[in-house]
Amino acid sequence: MTMANTTHLTDHDASAALAERIRQAGSEGTSLRIVGGDTRFFYGREVAGEVLSTREHRGIRFYDPVELVVSVRAGTPLSELEATLAKHGQMLPFEPPRYGEVSTVGGMVATGLSGPRRPWAGSVRDFVLGARVINHEGIEQRFGGEVMKNVAGYDLSRLMVGAQGTLGLITEVSFKVLPMPGATRSLHLELPLDEARQRLAEWGREPLPISAAAWLDGALHLRLEGGPSSVAATRARIGGDDLENDFWAALRDQRLAFFRAGQAPLWRLSLPHRTPALDLPGIDESHMIHDWAGAQRWLRAELDAEAVRRACQTAGGHATCYGPRPTAIEPFAPLPEVLMKYHRNLKAQLDPKGIFNPGRLYAAL
Amino acid sequence: MNILYDERLDGPAPEQDRAAIRDSLAQAIPDMTLLHREEDMRPFECDGLSVYRTLPLLVALPDSLDQVQRLLVECHRLGVPVVTRGAGTGLSAGALPLTHGVLLVMSRFSRILEIDPEARIARVEPGVRNLAISEAASPYGLYYAPDPSSQIACSIGGNVAENAGGVHCLKYGLTVHNVIKVEILTIEGERMTLGSDALDAPGFDLLALYNGSEGMLGVVTEITVKLLPKPEVAKVLMASFDDVEKAGNAVGAIIEAGIIPGGLEMMDKLAIIAAEDFIGAGYPVDAEAILLCELDGVEADVDDDCETVRRVLENAGATGIQQARDDAERARFWAGRKNAFPAVGRMSPDYYCMDGTIPRRELARVLKGISDLSERYGLKVANVFHAGDGNMHPLILFDANREGELAVAEALGGEILELCVRVGGTITGEHGVGREKINQMCAQFRPDELATFRATKAAFDPRDLLNPGKNIPTPARCSEFRTIKSASADTAPGKLQG
Ligand SMILES: Cc1cc2nc3c(=O)[nH]c(=O)nc-3n(C[C@H](O)[C@H](O)[C@H](O)COP(=O)(O)OP(=O)(O)OC[C@H]3O[C@@H](n4cnc5c(N)ncnc54)[C@H](O)[C@@H]3O)c2cc1C
Ligand SMILES: Cc1cc2nc3c(=O)[nH]c(=O)nc-3n(C[C@H](O)[C@H](O)[C@H](O)COP(=O)(O)OP(=O)(O)OC[C@H]3O[C@@H](n4cnc5c(N)ncnc54)[C@H](O)[C@@H]3O)c2cc1C
Repeated sequence: MTMANTTHLTDHDASAALAERIRQAGSEGTSLRIVGGDTRFFYGREVAGEVLSTREHRGIRFYDPVELVVSVRAGTPLSELEATLAKHGQMLPFEPPRYGEVSTVGGMVATGLSGPRRPWAGSVRDFVLGARVINHEGIEQRFGGEVMKNVAGYDLSRLMVGAQGTLGLITEVSFKVLPMPGATRSLHLELPLDEARQRLAEWGREPLPISAAAWLDGALHLRLEGGPSSVAATRARIGGDDLENDFWAALRDQRLAFFRAGQAPLWRLSLPHRTPALDLPGIDESHMIHDWAGAQRWLRAELDAEAVRRACQTAGGHATCYGPRPTAIEPFAPLPEVLMKYHRNLKAQLDPKGIFNPGRLYAAL
Repeated sequence: MNILYDERLDGPAPEQDRAAIRDSLAQAIPDMTLLHREEDMRPFECDGLSVYRTLPLLVALPDSLDQVQRLLVECHRLGVPVVTRGAGTGLSAGALPLTHGVLLVMSRFSRILEIDPEARIARVEPGVRNLAISEAASPYGLYYAPDPSSQIACSIGGNVAENAGGVHCLKYGLTVHNVIKVEILTIEGERMTLGSDALDAPGFDLLALYNGSEGMLGVVTEITVKLLPKPEVAKVLMASFDDVEKAGNAVGAIIEAGIIPGGLEMMDKLAIIAAEDFIGAGYPVDAEAILLCELDGVEADVDDDCETVRRVLENAGATGIQQARDDAERARFWAGRKNAFPAVGRMSPDYYCMDGTIPRRELARVLKGISDLSERYGLKVANVFHAGDGNMHPLILFDANREGELAVAEALGGEILELCVRVGGTITGEHGVGREKINQMCAQFRPDELATFRATKAAFDPRDLLNPGKNIPTPARCSEFRTIKSASADTAPGKLQG
């Protein structure tokens, strides 16, 4: 058995202090605003509450490359986790966006955001095997585990992904990790958007080693990953020009010029990948980024939020407003009434006193 | 401790007036098939774990969603529990009826509503058989990846409720990774959509929560699954070993070489002999263990990987390595594995299938533990594993007609599961807790954790009408379980240390 040596100078178990703080908030009737690196403060509604930082609770607690499992404390910097995995030729396959060096593993899980490889490899929640969570009574609980398959009890660890810390404080997460691909090639094809869509639909029905596909600035950007033989063969078949592999990190971390230009709000449209151009007045689809083979589209514009949301919903998707966000615009698409009722019920059951990030996702939660 | 519903431990189950409830339901939903005679309800008294049987109060066989909705509204109004049943192939007594509850059978919902080859999705009703989806997608070069060994019979609704796995999970994921949207009817008869046709949906990930929730949070009425392009080629290697531990180590060595096989399965000697006897798969009957390693993908890569795996297996001490020469031989290799349960079933009047999952590095220790337990309890155990993901299926051979032997098998099974928990694993990898493992939940989770599960259930079904008594034990059951455990710990011969 190989047990990777992961001891880090600053490893620290702060779970007892975190639990104590939560118990205290419970008895005082105060709310807490959970903060990791606080880099994603723009993603979601503002929370009125006392800051509870997870940064002290850090370190990779367990990593066995042969088991394909890593367990990490929530305050661990994402960069540290990725560097450790890389040393063993492994990775988080869902390519979480990193906003600087300070993004934490807890923040990554709580926001549930995934990067360019998501349509082919899966999302954050797909790789979560288990989690430790401090509940509203200040008790640390364990759900899921460190094994590949586990259906004992309800899947509360995956429920925490994307819940933005509104259901409890995540203290530790176990992930399934995968080996890095044997070969990677990126390419750039000048193609009109319609034609790119058509090609992607055709390629999608074949077992090609595509692992990222984004259309922007008049060109389809493709990444091929897999065995050296199939990557070389597919590269030859598809043609186009070579592209630096770095492009994908810039897209993933929102460092492309697109994300920095202008003051208009950034919108993320999540759509069935084959959705044709949306009927949005004054919007030219060629000015958008069409990532995830068209399933995730980025748009920068002053828009009528209701119109965008209606168009996305009609197409079977939804729209999220990232910053800078006028206060009148909700960050997340409103939920249908019945679904909202069960969201409220769940919040009331798991956080009856409203300790954790009240109002972060929706005003009523 | 009795597995059947026990009011003392599982909560009150008030006597129901069958005739009156039948009248109310018939009046509310006149066009729905409702069985009430004993001989008509007999076929529904158990699932695949047939040692546990209970006749339900009534059996409802709706054929429209409107009927399901009205049934739920009426049962909710009357306070009558509802147990949902798919194809009844479950192995944890998840669909075991309740004498005081209606059994809601979803098998008539067997239409494939849509295959969209461009979007690579299938939209289906819950009673559709797992294999039927891949068959319908096949003309487009697509398939549905999760393939439980029961795939010719089990329903996709049951797969969602159990988060079913299969032999290709390590690479392609479980049901939860392959379902993108479900339609739900709540116990109050409300309709709700979880997930979406896009790659995510706003709000909590209730889709993940409903996968594996064992019919306790709602009734699944429609499922949209993603379809994958069929791999260009799939090749399978069979390696024999003269020692189970070497086979176990070979599994880790393959993954260490950076390869994630499409399927990686292991069988021990008893399972090999049973399968060979039944199917004639071409297995080496003198081996202590075999590994089946399937590599799939683009041909050039698969050939490279086959070479690597062959080398790894040789280094790991395989006594023989055989690559299936063609698709027919490959299918034969798999047929032996996929029929391992019924094959073992032929060796013994009854068998009891365990489903623990462990960290792979503990394989040798757990196998040794199982073999010791098998000896101590005097019952044979055959072992079949999804080795790649550490999911073990020890099959306990017994004869239910022999006085007390079921109880011995249950006790042995319970100890095997507790052993899995002690080495850092879980009591169930894919078959679910159901009724069968309700006691071992008390070994895996603390009382406060179980309380959180109950709180989750209460958010969706506060009156505990959906499949009550399954999946999450009551505090009363757990305190009795702990009392019995601590009493027997002092007396058990040669107790295993985790
Ligand atoms: C488009 C864009 C715009 C940006 N704009 C700005 C800007 O305007 N100003 C700026 O300073 N930076 C900005 N950044 C940088 C970025 O916000 C941060 O650097 C960071 O990446 C977020 O990770 P985190 O650990 O900080 O998560 P956090 O921001 O700390 O947390 C994210 C969410 O998860 C919750 N959470 C975190 N940890 C846990 C846990 N353990 N348990 C439960 N819930 C938890 C939090 O409560 C919060 O709801 C921007 C980045 C991009 C890409
Ligand atoms: C020989 C054999 C081999 C097997 N191999 C595997 C395997 O490799 N992998 C694996 O994972 N399982 C396996 N199983 C177990 C079983 O086939 C699966 O658990 C399957 O998912 C059950 O589906 P079903 O339709 O038969 O469900 P049922 O047994 O009818 O029900 C199972 C559970 O699902 C609930 N349920 C069913 N339908 C719905 C619905 N529409 N809405 C809400 N809840 C519902 C029930 O209440 C119950 O709790 C095997 C079983 C057998 C007999």
